[in-house]
Amino acid sequence: MTIDFELSPKIKGTQKMLRMFAENAVRPQARKYDEEEHEKPWDLLKMVHGFMKGGVGGSLGGGEKKEEGGEKKRSERQLTTAVVVEEIFWGDAGIALAFPGQGLGGAAVQATGTPEQKEQFLARFSGEEPVWGAMAITEPEAGSDTANLRTTAVKDGNEWVLNGEKIFVTAGKSALEDSKGFVVVWATVDPKAGRAGIKPFIVEAGAPGMQITKIEDKMGIRCSDTVSLSFMDCRIPETNILGSAEVVDPKTAGTKGFKGVMATFDATRPMVAAMAIGVGRAALDLLKQTMAEEGLEVRYGICPNRMTALERDIMDMEANLKAARLLTWRAVWMLDNGDRNSLEASMAKAKAGLVVTQVTQKCVELMGPLGYSRKLLLEKWMRDAKINDIFEGTGQIQMLITARNVLGFGRDKLK
Amino acid sequence: MLSFDLSEEQALVKETIAGFANDMMDPLSRECDESGEVSGDLVKTGWELEIIPSCVPEEYGGFGEGASALTGAIAYEELAHGDLSTALHIVSPTVMAYTVLLYGTDEQKKMYLPVACGEAFTPAAAALVEPRYAFCPSQLTTSAVRDGEEYILNGSKCLVPLAGEADNLLVFASTNPGMGFAGVDAFIVPKGAEGVSVGERELNMGLKALATYEVGFKDAKVPLANKVGGDRGIDFMDLISRSRLALAAMAIGMMRRAAEHSRDYAKERIAFGDPIGSRQAIAFMVAEMFMETDASRMLLWEAAWKCDKGEDFAKDAAMAKNYAAEKCMKVCDGAVQVMGGHGYVRDNMPELWFRNARAFSALEGLVMV
Repeated sequence: MTIDFELSPKIKGTQKMLRMFAENAVRPQARKYDEEEHEKPWDLLKMVHGFMKGGVGGSLGGGEKKEEGGEKKRSERQLTTAVVVEEIFWGDAGIALAFPGQGLGGAAVQATGTPEQKEQFLARFSGEEPVWGAMAITEPEAGSDTANLRTTAVKDGNEWVLNGEKIFVTAGKSALEDSKGFVVVWATVDPKAGRAGIKPFIVEAGAPGMQITKIEDKMGIRCSDTVSLSFMDCRIPETNILGSAEVVDPKTAGTKGFKGVMATFDATRPMVAAMAIGVGRAALDLLKQTMAEEGLEVRYGICPNRMTALERDIMDMEANLKAARLLTWRAVWMLDNGDRNSLEASMAKAKAGLVVTQVTQKCVELMGPLGYSRKLLLEKWMRDAKINDIFEGTGQIQMLITARNVLGFGRDKLK
Repeated sequence: MLSFDLSEEQALVKETIAGFANDMMDPLSRECDESGEVSGDLVKTGWELEIIPSCVPEEYGGFGEGASALTGAIAYEELAHGDLSTALHIVSPTVMAYTVLLYGTDEQKKMYLPVACGEAFTPAAAALVEPRYAFCPSQLTTSAVRDGEEYILNGSKCLVPLAGEADNLLVFASTNPGMGFAGVDAFIVPKGAEGVSVGERELNMGLKALATYEVGFKDAKVPLANKVGGDRGIDFMDLISRSRLALAAMAIGMMRRAAEHSRDYAKERIAFGDPIGSRQAIAFMVAEMFMETDASRMLLWEAAWKCDKGEDFAKDAAMAKNYAAEKCMKVCDGAVQVMGGHGYVRDNMPELWFRNARAFSALEGLVMV
């Protein structure tokens, strides 16, 4: 192979189809489900479920390992997902985040579940009705600092007993109230063991002792529900732990420990970057279209010191957005090749989150009162975009991961 | 199908040039800057990399099949990773060579390309930049007006590399003012021609090892045969864009060097009991340096890839160059900052990179892929 930026005909076909879908089916509903927070576009979600059956939503959460046998196989699975995600999020980020499917919960099962667990928990996503999977990791006192989790899991006979409180659970209501889904809850089996004691547990919808205590009202991505969960002596079968219950020293645990599990989320970071890029592109497309209607042209070829401020802004935004996309594609391409991509994945997300926050804010600024008005979707995109710099690790956390990779410092050396 | 793999040939080019750049160019970087000269050994060894012959077909003295922008971009990044002044010096004849290769008449190719593929380095100077406020190649004031069998050139140029040493200059002049990029032609001007005056060597903030000159044209007469491409002329936008790819690649090479230096220093330098890189303020600066180096390279590679495919890449090349130039300045500024006072003194390299980095906002058309 040699350097090539051409997407394969298959991906291009998918991209074209999704672009039409995003434009015609998703975007027209964007405003409605921004205004009517906590409502869902059921017809659309059922249709999406019908033709994806956990496909896109599921792959949002990353993937199966395909290194079995040590053979590296070149696939385009992750790249396809990244391209699809960008298109749908170009349509609308809120609705896209509400799409049914495995989500992050499913990703955790994919990454760490036994074959039996995968069958037991993932089959539901290809049933008749849309189903959601969710993940609960953040707590009121522990955001990015996941080692500080306080939710506990105690073995009692052939059950685990969970106690604690989780917040910011994306699609928690969808998974637990609107469908027979599940949430993957991260809890410690040994509070003294730090990160090594933290394990993922599957909690099914309707589990006794689990309650949705709050549904957040948010600035953006309002079609996607975000909930708080409380666990009071919540009992789940002992087989619902993902991976081993054994607490092992993270230094010797290899891929089996907390670190290994988190590494599987290297796959999700570029997808969050792709989400961001979709929103940023939407904003820039609208600005450029408006400029064209006003008869304004960008003179890309002239020197920057001869450009107008507007031209420089447009050029900067385009370059940044493209750079973010290419960094993202590189990260997923590595994943598709079976290569570790921690550095590249964190770079992609850090760049994309930042770029899109800036691009959407700049576009609103440049459009003036039109940008600020709710008559257009631009103001919504600015609100939506901000989440990309926050969820799945803030921009600062991404920089921290990037810096650790670049400097070769562990978490002990670079706090 | 999307891929970021280098071809075998590109990997070899990268490895070979990296070896030369790291082992020979980089250690002499400071010495060249202080002495104001690129060492002859470096030029000789650099020339033996055969960058130009590898792009020129056999019938004109080379052994290649045309210039690959991507391979050039990979090669130039490595060169500039060694030292920018030396890199610019070694590949400065590319502008004359590739302009003739791409747009010259058969006679012109036969006359000038074998020289550009010769065994010894032969300087050939490209005169594009003009000494005035907010210079832009779309608005050249140097004019070429046809008068019978000749063109009459008037105007002045600056930042002309090796003009003092070269026998021939490639002069870009406006033949059709008001037409922007489309109104520009290129002329091969013997330096001894009447009306051509090469000034004193220029003194610049950086690039001190690279000899650049002002060149003036006062009713300089150039025969018709020396207009590149004859009646057909050149595609100036294409050439400028190829030059922008080359400059972007060099900006990336230099910022990568500065980023690596900052990383290594941040790991070694102890303050308050820990390496300074163990604090986020410094660690994030270093992380951003690497992130923006990669981001710049992605933009460059995509633009170069388009160029090689024969697609319109002018916009992409401009964006890649502007982006890389800006980030190179920022990264080199950071490289000084990470070292504090040690970055400001000439015992260490960052101040040199800092001075060199700003050059990219003034340079156009000095080198080409």
